Amino acid sequence: MTPTITPELVHRHGLSEHEFAGIKALLGREPNFTELGVFSVMWSEHCSYKNTRRELKKFPTTGPRVLVKAGEENAGVIDIGGGWAVAFKMESHNHPSAVEPFQGAATGVGGIIRDIFTMGARPVFLLNSLRFGPIHDEGEYGRKNRKLIRGVVAGIAHYGNCIGVPTIGGEVYFDESYNGNPLVNVFCLGILRRTEIARGAASGVGNAVFYVGSETGRDGLAGAAFASRDLTEESRADRPAVQVGDPFRGKLLLEACLELLASGAVAGIQDMGAAGLTCSTCETASRGGTGVQIDLALVPKREPDMSPYEILLSESQERMLIIVQRGKEEQVKRIFEKWDLPYSKVGTVTNDGFMRVLDDGSVEVEIPAKQLADDAPIYEREAAPPPAPESIDISKLELLDPKRSLLQLLKHPSIASKNWIFRQYDHTVRAGTVVPPGSDAAVFYVREANRFLAATTDCNSLYCCLDPREGARIAVAEAARNLTCSGADPLAVTDNLNFGNPYKPENFWQLREAVEGLAEACRRFGTPVTGGNVSLYNESPQGSIDPTPTVGMIGLIEDEAWITRQYFRDQGDIVFLVGEVGHEIGGSLYLKAVHGRKAGAPPRLNFEKELAVQQLVRELIRTGIVKSAHDCSEGGLAVALTESCISGSEKIGATVGAPDFQGRPDIFLFNESQSRIIISVAPEAAAQVESRAEEVGVPLVRLGEVGGRTLTIDAGGTSFVWSLDQLHDPWYFSIVRALAHQDL
Amino acid sequence: MKIAVVRFPGSNCDQDCLRALQDGLEVDAEYLWHKETSAAGYDAIVLPGGFSYGDYLRCGAIAAFSPVMRAIIEAANHGTPVFGVCNGFQVLCETGLLGGALIRNRSLLFLCQPVVLKIENNSTPFTRLLNEKSLLRMPIAHGEGAFYADGSTLAELEDNGQVVFRYVDEHGEATSEANPNGSMNNIAGICNPAGNVVGMMPHPDRSWDRRLGSEDGLQLFKSLVETLLSVAA
Repeated sequence: MTPTITPELVHRHGLSEHEFAGIKALLGREPNFTELGVFSVMWSEHCSYKNTRRELKKFPTTGPRVLVKAGEENAGVIDIGGGWAVAFKMESHNHPSAVEPFQGAATGVGGIIRDIFTMGARPVFLLNSLRFGPIHDEGEYGRKNRKLIRGVVAGIAHYGNCIGVPTIGGEVYFDESYNGNPLVNVFCLGILRRTEIARGAASGVGNAVFYVGSETGRDGLAGAAFASRDLTEESRADRPAVQVGDPFRGKLLLEACLELLASGAVAGIQDMGAAGLTCSTCETASRGGTGVQIDLALVPKREPDMSPYEILLSESQERMLIIVQRGKEEQVKRIFEKWDLPYSKVGTVTNDGFMRVLDDGSVEVEIPAKQLADDAPIYEREAAPPPAPESIDISKLELLDPKRSLLQLLKHPSIASKNWIFRQYDHTVRAGTVVPPGSDAAVFYVREANRFLAATTDCNSLYCCLDPREGARIAVAEAARNLTCSGADPLAVTDNLNFGNPYKPENFWQLREAVEGLAEACRRFGTPVTGGNVSLYNESPQGSIDPTPTVGMIGLIEDEAWITRQYFRDQGDIVFLVGEVGHEIGGSLYLKAVHGRKAGAPPRLNFEKELAVQQLVRELIRTGIVKSAHDCSEGGLAVALTESCISGSEKIGATVGAPDFQGRPDIFLFNESQSRIIISVAPEAAAQVESRAEEVGVPLVRLGEVGGRTLTIDAGGTSFVWSLDQLHDPWYFSIVRALAHQDL
Repeated sequence: MKIAVVRFPGSNCDQDCLRALQDGLEVDAEYLWHKETSAAGYDAIVLPGGFSYGDYLRCGAIAAFSPVMRAIIEAANHGTPVFGVCNGFQVLCETGLLGGALIRNRSLLFLCQPVVLKIENNSTPFTRLLNEKSLLRMPIAHGEGAFYADGSTLAELEDNGQVVFRYVDEHGEATSEANPNGSMNNIAGICNPAGNVVGMMPHPDRSWDRRLGSEDGLQLFKSLVETLLSVAA
């Protein structure tokens, strides 16, 4: 018995009166219950970007290397030379992970991998950007956050390890604003020949439409609509909206699809992710300028008596829609039987522009595909800045023992070693990991293409909370800086915009500011945005998350000899700071973690300076003299120097200082001014660094030299000494110890 | 000479093993599909890592009953060198070609990290180019890699010299700290009494190329090729 359409039912589907009127106008009649469900997911924020589309148009999306632009297909594609290209994208699985961390994170990984092989690319590595509330606290939130991080990490490991795609890097941050609303942003990159890009279009009228992969079940019903609501105390009741992943099936589907694509039988291919069968049918038809007709009776199902509504809105995992070239249907059967995967011809490509769904022959859904996929109403939300953050008067800031402050910072889980996490990820499968997790950027040798790629994800959400525009600019700059430090040229960006409820004017203002900041920075760095994802409604009972526009950036290292790591190598090497000593303390982790204040204006980014610093470092790396390069970010110079001393397999000390610095030692040690990179070179190369910096007008500070078993820093006339073991212990074991906590 | 790399559904180091042989050593190697019922024509067989059949039920348990394994067991019993890496080792234990079993890591967590191995037996086809007691570096990546055997099986393995690899520290000592997963006697790999079937948890297929930070794994594949060449000669 299908429910009758009432205003209440429309409202429960998350559609406004205005939107419902639009649907009636589009159809020329009332939608039935199934059609209402179809519209509710396709016109949800998750699928339609109705609140953000205007903003997303501000991103630069073109460039000489761009082969597939943002929004065109499931992922962007970039030319990396030699006939090869990479498809890459980042996507969030925040809401599912909040209510069911293990499956939420696992299916996030599965989904992004499918997006990549849908492009015809073999997935070669994963990154992830994670955000949690504090994990060291006693009390309810501490316990909850530990449960979330354990579940999310295990879920990522479960899927990524089994499917055999290495997780080689990323970032993990901790802040109270993510209490109960973690962020799980997963990134995947795949390799393909530039001439073999697969398309998600239903082309060729009369071609058969095949359903391949796992059977459709009742799991993940309307997950896209679920992700477009606030998280509340009641969200746990939404657990049926979280899908269950099967990485083994995912692996079979990946191999079968790549084999099928290579056979030349495929006219179009689309994964069934958010909004499942609904989204894949109307989107392929819309892209192909065609229609698609399917019959639900032919869909492989896991359970009996599923209604058309349930089948269409299910988000069961590991499923694909494939449009097969006429006469090649036997290939699909042969390959999917070989891999023991279900498949079924469920329909055909038509020429009438309709998404038409039959239920055992009788028409259940009949909606113009293009309008459904692309013509969701677009909104301009009200934007208003939140109250200005509290400013910081340094002269009134208590001067604490800097020696202790550094140890406190190293213990902060945002800075502490992530070894407990990345040891659980298989980061060496596919035999290409050159720089494993723990350096500025991960470096991977793509054997098929004989290319070295570097990749990183970055976002300082503390800066974004205080000034979203500046924070977003810095996220791009830092990503590029990390790639530069690894020896790479930055190529392109995928972004994941994580914000709160867009109906709150201050949230929408943050989103707009951040988008404009990202767009400006991507233009300045010549790194087009090739795709990404928006996750709104990141709210917990405590309020909105800090704005978190995560940047995933990839780079290319032309010569193996340029690959550079962050840690010091040899006794006697000279340590330089490329850039200035700096002084900006606003928004620093020092203020937050040591003084307990989330305040002040974050550091200002000067593009000219940033570009010049990065250009110089890349150039020096290419002359072969740079032994280590590490960017200064959270925790400033002191933390960066510590990491250069202790993050390699062999710890080595350094004695450094800036004789000209005048001011408070804590400012010297912990300020987070931008455009700074620490490099080390052999003594005989020092003069070359100095003369080249002078020629190009980049500030340079000779900090000291590598060696010994301590880190000794002269900060404006006062000398601080830490033993390497003293630094290593809190840094290496902070997260390990927090999670050894028995939360019974 | 032709070497087979078995492909079970869910194998994910099949490509790495094939490349180690093809690119690392330029030998003739090809995939052998799990549904095949014959392993004829192959001079050696590699069972790669991964999650065969999803590792559902128990790691390697379903793969042990796949059609191709029946043929491989027969080939192994006739002396064909068979090499199981990671999941391949688990499969060999499940078939009974090797003694003992692999159980959950001591930490109960999946572990991916570099380890140091000591060669305890250099008379197998996979270790004959190496000196006894020499050290190799390569990664592990497993959730269920703790070697376990009952008292008599363990004593037999040790007494017969069937322990091929042991987890050790930088100085070659088999300490508890050097044991990443809680394996009995720090055992990382073993062989059958005849020596032609070898299984190990660490990954030589991820350490055969200078760019990966270690080429030590190549020595094992090279040993195999040398063995096969000397048999042929």
